[in-house]
Amino acid sequence: MMRSPLIVFRKEILDNLRDRRTLWSALVFGPLFGPVLFAMLINIQLDRALSKIDEPLELPVSGAEFAPNLIQFLQESNTTILPAPPSAEDAVKARLHDVVLVIPDSYAERFRDGEPAVVRLVADRSNNEAQRQLARARGLLARYSNKIGAMRLQVRGVSPLVSHPIVVEDIDVSTPQGRSVLVLGIMTYFVLFAMLSGGMPMAIDTTAGERERGSLEPLLALPARRPQILAGKLAATCLFMTLSLMITLAAFAISLNFVQLEKLGMSANFGPDVAVKVFLIAWPFVLLGGGLMTFVATFTKSYKEAQTYLTAVLLVPTIPIIFASIYEVQAKLELMAIPSLSQHLLITELLKGNELNPAWVAVSVGSTLLFGLVLAFLAAKRYESEKILG
Amino acid sequence: MSRDTGTHAVLSDFLGTHTVIVVDDVRKSFGNVKAVRGVSFRAEDGKITGLLGPNGAGKSTTLRILYTLLKPDSGTASVNQHDVLNSPVAARSTMGVLPDPAGIYPRLTARENIAYYGRLQGLDGDRLDKQVESVIELLDLSDFADRRTKGFSHGQRSKVALARALVHEPHNVLLDEPSTGLDVMATRALRNVIRQLRDQRKCVLFSSHVMQEVAALCDAIVIIDKGKVVATGTPDEIRAHTNKDNLEDAFVAAIGSAEGLE
Repeated sequence: MMRSPLIVFRKEILDNLRDRRTLWSALVFGPLFGPVLFAMLINIQLDRALSKIDEPLELPVSGAEFAPNLIQFLQESNTTILPAPPSAEDAVKARLHDVVLVIPDSYAERFRDGEPAVVRLVADRSNNEAQRQLARARGLLARYSNKIGAMRLQVRGVSPLVSHPIVVEDIDVSTPQGRSVLVLGIMTYFVLFAMLSGGMPMAIDTTAGERERGSLEPLLALPARRPQILAGKLAATCLFMTLSLMITLAAFAISLNFVQLEKLGMSANFGPDVAVKVFLIAWPFVLLGGGLMTFVATFTKSYKEAQTYLTAVLLVPTIPIIFASIYEVQAKLELMAIPSLSQHLLITELLKGNELNPAWVAVSVGSTLLFGLVLAFLAAKRYESEKILG
Repeated sequence: MSRDTGTHAVLSDFLGTHTVIVVDDVRKSFGNVKAVRGVSFRAEDGKITGLLGPNGAGKSTTLRILYTLLKPDSGTASVNQHDVLNSPVAARSTMGVLPDPAGIYPRLTARENIAYYGRLQGLDGDRLDKQVESVIELLDLSDFADRRTKGFSHGQRSKVALARALVHEPHNVLLDEPSTGLDVMATRALRNVIRQLRDQRKCVLFSSHVMQEVAALCDAIVIIDKGKVVATGTPDEIRAHTNKDNLEDAFVAAIGSAEGLE
C-alpha cells in the first residue's frame, strides 16, 4: 500500500497542528529566538561601542593644580575633570572610578627643566570596563606629550619630523561584508538550531509519544509496512523543520535591517536573494536532523526521556562550527563532506558576498543527504525490530 | 477435550467449520525468561476462542506473535494460511487487533481516530465513510463521535479502540484483555459486540484472566499456564475432563492453583 506514508503524514500534521505547545515551539519560539536575540545582542554591542566614543571621558585628577596646561588640553579633548578621591588606589580597587590620573608635585619642576615629567594612571587591569577608559586616557596623554615634544624641537630649530624616523600606516583589506562575518558567523548555528527545534516536538510525538500513549502497538499491528509508516512520520517532521527554517530566515532578513552594522563599517549582506540561497544550502540538513532526532527518539520510552536526549542532539551541529571558529578554518572541498560544518562555511561565504563554488555546494548537499538517508534507514530498521515496543 | 488437534481439525472440516488461526509449538524467550514454551492451538470461524490464564502465563506474547509484532524463536503460526514469519503483512491484513494497551490519539476526534485506521487498512471515499459510520453505530459511539478523545472515560476510549480495530470488517478479531478496567455496562456492550462478530461467522480470539468472562462467552477455551497449554476444548469438554461440575473448579484443576485468576 503506497498510500500509507501519505496517510500517516497527513494524520501527523493534523494531529500536531492541534497541539498549541508544539506550534509555539516549532513555528514561533524556535525560529524567532535566534533572529531576535541576535539583533538585540548586536545592537547592544553597537550602542556600547558607538556611544562610548562620543561620551566625555570622566577622569578624576589628583594634583591638577601642578599641570594647568595639561588639564586645559584634556578639557578641550572632551574630558570631564573630576575632583580626585583621597586615595586613588583605594577608589579604583573599590571600583568607584575606572581610571584616576595622579600628577605628582614634582611635575611642574621637571616639566620646566625639560626632564620627563611623570604622571600616573591608576586602573584595574582585571576590570574590562576600565580598559577602554584607560586606553582613551593614555591616548590623550600621549598626544599631549607628542605635542609638547614637537613644540620643544621647533623652539630649538629642529624639525619635529626628526623624531619620527618611521611612520606606520595600517591598511585594512577586509571588505565591509568580510568584517561583518565575524559577527554573523554565529548565525549558522541559530539557523540550524531553529530548524532542529522546529522538528523536535514532532519527532518526539510521533515516536516516543506514540509509545507512551500506547498507540504504537495497534498502529504496528496494521497491514501497512513499518518503513512506510516511519516515512510518513519523518516527512511530517521534515515539513515542520522546513517551515521553521523558512520563518527563521525571513526573520533574520527582517531583523538585520534594524541592526546598524554600517556604523561599524560592516554591511549585512542578507537580502532576500541571499536568504533563498541560505535556505537551499541549509535545506538538505532537514533530512539529516529529522532522521537523527527520529532515530534517537526510538530508543526512548517517554516524552520526557526523548526531550532530554534530543536537547543534547541540538548541540551536535555546534561542534564542527565551534572547531571551525577556534581554528579559523578556511573553506575547502574536503570540508564540504562534513555536514553542519559545510553549511556553516558555505553560508559564511555567502555572507562575505563571495560566489559559491558549485563543486563545494554539490559535495555539501550530497554528503548531507547521504548522512540523512543512512539515519532514516537506521530509524526504519529500529521500527522493524521488536525492540521498538520497548 | 481434544489434545489431538489433527483429529479435531478433520472433525471441524466435516462439521463445516474452518480453522483459520493455527499456532503450532510456538516458543519465545526474552533473555532468560521463557515467556512461551511450546504453545499449540487452533481457532475457528464462527467461534469465540478464549485464551485463559493467570497474569504472566504468556497470553499476550502468543497474541503478539500472531499479529506479527514479535517473531517466534521456533514453531509456526499462521492466520488464514498466511505464515506470520514469511508473509506478516498479508497475515496482518486479515486481522483486527485490540492490543493491551490500545492508546488512541487525544487530539483527534473519535471519528478521526477510526478513519485513520480505516485508511491504513486501504479504505477510502464513500466506503470509508460508510464503514466508519457503521462501527460508530455498532459500538454506540454516536453521542461523542465528533469530540476530541482527550478527556474520554476509559470505557469510551476502549470503545473507540475497538471500533478502530473493526472498521475494515476483519475476518479475524484478536482482543488482548479487552474488558480490563471496564464497568458493568461497558463489559456487557463489549460481550454483545463479540457475540455479533461470532454470528457474522468471524473468528474471535481473545485473552483474559477472568474465568467468568471466558465461561460466559467462549465456544472454545485454551488454558495457558507458565507458557504452556494445559487444556483445550469446549467448556463441557473441560468440565468432563477434569471431573468437575463447576467450570471454576475445572479451571483450578487444570492449572493446579487459582493464583493469578479471578
